[in-house]
Amino acid sequence: MSAPVPLALTVNGVEVARAVAPRTTLADFLRLDLELTGTHTGCEMGACGACLVMMDGVPVHSCLVLAVQAEGAVIETVEGLSERGAIAELQQAFHQRNALQCGFCTPGVLVNAHALLEHGGVPTREDIRDALSGNYCRCTGYEAIVDAIETTARLRAGAEGQP
Amino acid sequence: MKARAFSYVRSETLADAYAAFAQAGDASYISGGQSLVPALALRLQAPELLVDLGAVAEMHGVTLDGDMLRIGGLTRHAQMLTEPLIARHAPLLAQAAPHVAHPAIRNRGTLGGSVALADPASEFPAMMLAMDARMEIFGAAGTRLVPADAYFQDLYQTALEPGEILVALHVPSVGPRHRWAFDELTRRRGDYAMVGAGLQGLFEEDGRIEHIRIAFFSVAATPVRVKSVEAALAGRKIDAALIAHVQGLIDAELDPAEDEHLPPAMRLHLARVLLGRLLQTVSSPT
Ligand SMILES: Cc1cc2nc3c(=O)[nH]c(=O)nc-3n(C[C@H](O)[C@H](O)[C@H](O)COP(=O)(O)OP(=O)(O)OC[C@H]3O[C@@H](n4cnc5c(N)ncnc54)[C@H](O)[C@@H]3O)c2cc1C
Ligand code: FES
Ligand code: FES
Repeated sequence: MSAPVPLALTVNGVEVARAVAPRTTLADFLRLDLELTGTHTGCEMGACGACLVMMDGVPVHSCLVLAVQAEGAVIETVEGLSERGAIAELQQAFHQRNALQCGFCTPGVLVNAHALLEHGGVPTREDIRDALSGNYCRCTGYEAIVDAIETTARLRAGAEGQP
Repeated sequence: MKARAFSYVRSETLADAYAAFAQAGDASYISGGQSLVPALALRLQAPELLVDLGAVAEMHGVTLDGDMLRIGGLTRHAQMLTEPLIARHAPLLAQAAPHVAHPAIRNRGTLGGSVALADPASEFPAMMLAMDARMEIFGAAGTRLVPADAYFQDLYQTALEPGEILVALHVPSVGPRHRWAFDELTRRRGDYAMVGAGLQGLFEEDGRIEHIRIAFFSVAATPVRVKSVEAALAGRKIDAALIAHVQGLIDAELDPAEDEHLPPAMRLHLARVLLGRLLQTVSSPT
């Protein structure tokens, strides 16, 4: 009963093989087994968005995925995005615009912002708010977060326009 | 906020999944997990075995067979917005999808999971009624098709018997004379609706309605059609007077339960407003 199940997946570019109890969520697996604590857990029921990670190229709530369901998946956490420089401008803009205070929501917000900006172009503020509709931030009032994401989108669009 | 321990099996065929479920005393299926995993975390459910349907081939893919679109149960909410066959043949699903939860939840949640759960506040189950869809169900006697009108029975009660699997949704394809519309009223984006509705109808060349199906959600224990409204619209052309007339039929059709956040009179008012908006939308071709 409830014996550990073998699990093989790729996390931040590294192939990982472990045995996990079926009830372990992907969030707990990342945080407790792999010690990747950048992924935060708040509500553990899909409401707050602190636990977002990229799974096979799209953002998902890691508290709503069982680790065993991620068999064969390619996962990227905020650590992975940060280390390969994928969110460097976003991080810079968040810093400059004061888009975080306690930082609890920030990993999830960055993952969603990264996914949104991967579509290219400059999203409207409405688009940005829509993308972040599942992210709770109890500190900033969101305005600065939307500013930082918009600034980054403009920066990237401008940079692409350069010869 | 941690689930009780359970065993886990990933099945690759319907028969295997059905057998695994039957063998365990107390099992649950899991598709996208976006409703089940929170229910496990809150210990609202604590099965001994989880049977993962994610690898069942018959439940994947979207195909057109004549004028029926077959949407595999594992098709994710997000695919309602990207799958060209759905945009072309079942556009009401594409219209409803942006209102279902948040983008990241739509990346995991499945159409089959949503319709199997049959949350009375959910968008897609009601759209099954509006589109006159058939549910492909796998059970002890093999596969059967159940029309949406017979599928939704009571609060979270559907035609699915314990252990049966919702394999796919069959949706009649829309043609050039169809019109459709969806809308809902929510307090915040991504929330479950206070009241929502979708409609789909066949219109004559001159704009008269041949027949129409209108399904509301978040107003009763199941998604519901407003049949007296549908009947009053048949053969007629939409104008302000007709809209006012059928809005007047809503009170007799719907009987929302007491709710401390939203009194029944308020819900009925919102339903009338929504009906007016939707009919206005389809008064000219979609
Ligand atoms: C924060 C949040 C907000 C949400 N907002 C909305 C919303 O606004 N509107 C909305 O409609 N939904 C909403 N949802 C729910 C979401 O859409 C779910 O994904 C969906 O209802 C269930 O689909 P699933 O594939 O995740 O099913 P699962 O969670 O895997 O399963 C749901 C139930 O159905 C059973 N089941 C699953 N698949 C099958 C099958 N093929 N055959 C038989 N039984 C099956 C399971 O045993 C379980 O009981 C929200 C969820 C969250 C967490
Ligand atoms: S911890 Fe996953 S959404 Fe809150
Ligand atoms: S910075 Fe504190 S919750 Fe967002």
